Amino acid sequence: MKSFDAIVIGGGLVGSAIAYGLANAGLNPALVDEGDVAFRASRGNFGLVWVQSKGLGAPHYQRWTRRSAEEWPHLAADLGERTGISVGLQQPGGLQLCLGDEEFEQRRQMMERMRSESGNFGFDYRMIERGELADILPGLGPDVTGASWTPYDGHANPLNLLHALHKGFLGRGGTYLPNSTVTEARVAPGDFRINIGADEIAAPKIVLAAGLGNAELAPLFDLFAPVRPQRGQILVTERARQVWPLPLGSLRQTQEGSIMLGSSEEDVGFDTSQKPEVMKTIAQRAVRSFPWIAELQIVRAWAALRVMPADGHPIYDESERFPGAFTANCHSGVTLAGAHARVFAPMVAAGALDPMMAPFSARRFPKNPDVPAAA
Amino acid sequence: MFRPRPDSGRATVPVEVEGRAVRVPAGASAAAAVLIAGLGSIRDTAIGGGARAPYCMMGVCFDCLAEIDGEPNRQSCMVTVRSGMRIRRQRGARSVTAE
Repeated sequence: MKSFDAIVIGGGLVGSAIAYGLANAGLNPALVDEGDVAFRASRGNFGLVWVQSKGLGAPHYQRWTRRSAEEWPHLAADLGERTGISVGLQQPGGLQLCLGDEEFEQRRQMMERMRSESGNFGFDYRMIERGELADILPGLGPDVTGASWTPYDGHANPLNLLHALHKGFLGRGGTYLPNSTVTEARVAPGDFRINIGADEIAAPKIVLAAGLGNAELAPLFDLFAPVRPQRGQILVTERARQVWPLPLGSLRQTQEGSIMLGSSEEDVGFDTSQKPEVMKTIAQRAVRSFPWIAELQIVRAWAALRVMPADGHPIYDESERFPGAFTANCHSGVTLAGAHARVFAPMVAAGALDPMMAPFSARRFPKNPDVPAAA
Repeated sequence: MFRPRPDSGRATVPVEVEGRAVRVPAGASAAAAVLIAGLGSIRDTAIGGGARAPYCMMGVCFDCLAEIDGEPNRQSCMVTVRSGMRIRRQRGARSVTAE
């Protein structure tokens, strides 16, 4: 049996950001990664560091997202220095386009509600009308009525981020265990033993960051992780010269020039197949926004499953019955990477979540009758 | 460097490759015309600006991108030549018609 200071289950963006943060805090962690049988949301996401729409009715989630956006430049610089990998972070602010008057008015109301809920913390936004928007975004379609803007948004290269987190983790002496499915767990307060095939590893701390796998793993630790798959489909165009100075929510141009068109929100279980009708809807909205997009070739397209908590807000928790066991669940592994590596991981290293994390606990959900109740 | 296969037809179709008039067999691809014209490369990559020539000749590698009859970023290996076709160098990323 091998012993570590901490075990992180899940080698995607959430798990590897936390594992990287733990290694930076001086711990000797193991990162357990399932392999290509996993759903791999981290390989299929859109790459936004997106703040403006997060946390309506849940201001703690808006604050957490903002905190992550603030930590992101430090994470990007730190990863660049340690690994030589540029994660391509740009945070010029972001625009969410509105098509038609009704969308614009709904967006205005939503943004104003975000501002009023933010209290003293503040929420800086503007609704930009079409005339002004046309000066910022060349070739705007006639249906675009305006956009919401906040200074907090940005984007990055999500594959480079995942690569850099893994490389940084290894560089800090972390142990990576690939192709490892957890088959059994023996659980006691501050003493966690995990079976991976024929091997056993142990640690006084464990973090469940297995994405959709958390739903089944959490009850073993007397934790609760009600997450479900939500499919998103993405189309990618050929590379073009830079046209947009900032990301546009469901549209963004990568540093290399590809334009990414997103994205659907589909509740279809674990079905990762692509659907032409959905792809058509995505392409049509993009072309209504910018008619010239129709000239571009689509060179790639895919579907992937988001890890969607039951109410759409992240779940962070620690087990009351088994102190030392933590869980992290969210659909924004890119956006929240800054907070996971630089805020959440240090809390785990210190042994307890900060009281500011209390609103993220799964105690907010009615207990699922299928989940064994706490003793 | 390249020679037509012995079983290829006579070079009868006139095309223009980077301003050079060449004749290629009917049914050949625009990428084949680039090679017949003796060009060492037909595009500059979008990020680094490196020179690239047709490589896989089967629609996979995207290294044969060219501007064909004014349309940018065509995979020239997947385009069959036509009389009078104009094949031009793809210089970096394409532009879009946004004004």
